[in-house]
Amino acid sequence: MNVTDTSITPTDLGGYASEEAESENFLSYPKGIMSWLVTLDHKRIGILYLICILTAFFIGGMFALLIRTELLTPGATIVDADTYNQLFTLHGAIMIFLFIIPGIPAALGNFALPLMLGAKDVAFPRLNLMSWYLWLIGAAFTVFSLVNGGADTGWTFYTPYSTQTDGAIISITMGVFILGFSSIFTGLNFLVTIHRLRPPGMTWFKMPLFLWGIYGTAIMQVLATPVIGITMLLLIVERTLGFGIFDPALGGDPVLFQHFFWFYSHPAVYIMILPALAIMSEIFSVFSRKHIFGYKFIAFSSIVLAILSFLVWGHHMFPSGQSELANFVFSALTFSVSIPTAIKMFNWLATMYKGEIVLKTPMLYALSFMFLFGIGGLTGLFLGSLAVDIHLHDTYFVVAHFHYVMFGGTVIAFLAGLHYWWPKVFGRMYNEKLGAIGAAIIFVGFNMTFLAQFVMGSQGMPRRYYNYIDEYTIYHHISTGGSFIMAIGFFLIAGYLLHSLLKGKRAPANPWGGNTLEWHIPSPPPYYNFKEAPTVGDPYDFSELEWDDRIEGYVFRKAEGSA
Amino acid sequence: MSKKHSSDGAGHAEHPKWMQHHFDTPSQQFASSKMGMWLFLATEVLLFAGLFCAYTVYRANHMDMFVFGHQFLDVKWGAINTCVLLFSSLTAAWSVRAAQLGQKGLMIALLFITLLCGGAFMAIKYVEYSHKIHDGLLWGTKYKPAGHAAEVIHGEEAHAAGELGGAHGRVDEGHTEAEQVAGIEAAHGEGAAEAPAAGGDALATDGAQAAGAQAAAPAAQGEGVELPADVLAIDVAERSTTLPAAIGPRGLVPVAEEGHDDGHGAGHHWEGPIPDNVHIFFGIYFGMTGLHGIHVLIGMIILGWLIYRALKNDFSPEYFTPVDLGVLYWHLVDLIWIFLFPLLYLIG
Repeated sequence: MNVTDTSITPTDLGGYASEEAESENFLSYPKGIMSWLVTLDHKRIGILYLICILTAFFIGGMFALLIRTELLTPGATIVDADTYNQLFTLHGAIMIFLFIIPGIPAALGNFALPLMLGAKDVAFPRLNLMSWYLWLIGAAFTVFSLVNGGADTGWTFYTPYSTQTDGAIISITMGVFILGFSSIFTGLNFLVTIHRLRPPGMTWFKMPLFLWGIYGTAIMQVLATPVIGITMLLLIVERTLGFGIFDPALGGDPVLFQHFFWFYSHPAVYIMILPALAIMSEIFSVFSRKHIFGYKFIAFSSIVLAILSFLVWGHHMFPSGQSELANFVFSALTFSVSIPTAIKMFNWLATMYKGEIVLKTPMLYALSFMFLFGIGGLTGLFLGSLAVDIHLHDTYFVVAHFHYVMFGGTVIAFLAGLHYWWPKVFGRMYNEKLGAIGAAIIFVGFNMTFLAQFVMGSQGMPRRYYNYIDEYTIYHHISTGGSFIMAIGFFLIAGYLLHSLLKGKRAPANPWGGNTLEWHIPSPPPYYNFKEAPTVGDPYDFSELEWDDRIEGYVFRKAEGSA
Repeated sequence: MSKKHSSDGAGHAEHPKWMQHHFDTPSQQFASSKMGMWLFLATEVLLFAGLFCAYTVYRANHMDMFVFGHQFLDVKWGAINTCVLLFSSLTAAWSVRAAQLGQKGLMIALLFITLLCGGAFMAIKYVEYSHKIHDGLLWGTKYKPAGHAAEVIHGEEAHAAGELGGAHGRVDEGHTEAEQVAGIEAAHGEGAAEAPAAGGDALATDGAQAAGAQAAAPAAQGEGVELPADVLAIDVAERSTTLPAAIGPRGLVPVAEEGHDDGHGAGHHWEGPIPDNVHIFFGIYFGMTGLHGIHVLIGMIILGWLIYRALKNDFSPEYFTPVDLGVLYWHLVDLIWIFLFPLLYLIG
């Protein structure tokens, strides 16, 4: 059977013609644990990443729960102050370097990018596998710091404290260095894949917007990450050899470290959010059953965001003593970031307008993304203002702001993407009702946790503090309560997703009615992706798709005619 | 890439063995590999960019530190190393041409010469590093000038400390004036600048130890100190107690007079006070050249691997991508040195 876009026929085998053909799906062929550990298949590497980053998310989440529990009451609740410092450091480092940065690009992107592009694989499959192993090594270094004395600097490793503390700074910074190279190789791979492996007909403006977002992300991964590499190396030689470049006691400049650090870590924030925006562009269109509005604007706004990301790092350092001129310029540039972001938001709104909105789980997450990311983005304006930032800097307002962006934005989008591609990846449907309940619990729990933090932050509660005055107790109670609710939500999600793997209903080739190329092949995809170069059309034209009750999925109308 | 069914790649039956399955044509594979390499080189440039940035920041804020520090770098060895690397880039580029033309013997010979040049570079670097280590001209906390370097540095320090020690911080006008005259006189004869100072390995910032080397002071006068004595005294007092802030107004601490390097390692000639925190310059020097040296070593490993594969007959005029990419990497290593050499050795 010719498994290309025009050939999907109604069948309960996820689009496969026969049992025999179905055994060629990438999950079951080739067999054996070793075939997974040395696999060069981008889909399998995506799954390996998925398992790893979800593990990291679990660990980071447990740390978050411990932090919130500790903050339930002023003073000591469950851990001592030193342990608390290590907890928030590792929570930050694990969530950022091990989970969010590789999350969407390396796990979902690895799976979906070549499929959406119509390619057989990424350009450098061996490099792809290597970056997964680098992730493992980097993760080992990072987590090793936990048993090696713990790091207590916060995930930012600011000097001079990080050169003086007894904590396991070297192992965690070495971990960040290695994870950086993992991220660079993933980005490099995607850039070359998008440039060189597009099949005939896949022009730049026929690419799904997910690919544009990943493309912008990859630019930042390649161009920003080496700087954190050298920064971490300098920090290591500073500690081991006494280099002195960042050490004021030796005439060095600690603010230079902050510049170096944020020159990477601000683009890194966009490395985290841009793929999330990219997923949203797919989901809003598919679940509104309507062509995406403003394709080119969304595409270019991804690139503009990637460029702007390199120009605003100084807004993390307003009170650091950098010059007033620098503060002014960084503040102005920071505001300009809202333009491409708003372009995306309004285009999605316009896409939904008069659309036929289908409230399936991915769309529920997408809607909650719009709400939460909207709050996250708008509170960023407060922090980008020079005068207001002096008051809000290093308070819980900042904590709430970046959680609304990173969690309300990226994690929610990751969950949306996970639910969106889950049937394609594993060929199984999850329980839709539980999916909706899970999304609702996360939404409620999240807002409870972090809205309270906006309030206490604006009233002066500093971030990273172990203790607080009684006036803040009520907000901490709400916040901690919300975090427990979120934990329940995540356990529910983990439960029904794992259950679907074992007992889930067989997924059709196209459960949501998407028209990007991955929905043109069976679920789960065959190991070779496409037998022939696929025919490329408009990825957001849904007019040829219609619902088929027999397979509970969408089929291509013209395909039915020809088959 | 190639662990898949033979049936999966319809229309690609006649693959050469180097052709990877997921590419449609050899030119697509070549273009992808080359683009990947260029992107990787961009990341390498950005890795060094952090150090170049640190260099720029410190040089802009403390030019004196760089002018003073660079005189201890050996321009002769640096220039030879530059020539060695430039020559190696020629042989490397030529080896790609030889690969394109299928001249296997020539390609291997040229790659081997390139490898030898890399070895020569590292050998010279070893000589240079040995001198620095011997002279104690290292980074941060390891900066303890000794031997020849100490002559230059301690001569100055001892002179300054002599003033401080002699008058308990009060400036002895007459004494200083006499010194200045001596300095001007001595400056007439170039040989006087090389006047050896007595031993002593005190830190430049360590006033107490430097005072012990007071005996060396008269000899050091030959180097000619022309700043007003009261400014000098303030300078020393500051340095002996607290370290100045990294950036910001220096107050009364004088900026170094223009020093000049006569191009000979042995003929140091420094006018004006010793700048603070010279160890930062050596930190940057070792950071940049060290990271570059690591890249030279990696480049040499790649060259060795290319020679090994060439000997195995892996390359042909149709397929020489690894040679092309490996040589690109080598060019980058060369290029970085082309920037490092003037930035570090030729400050003036």
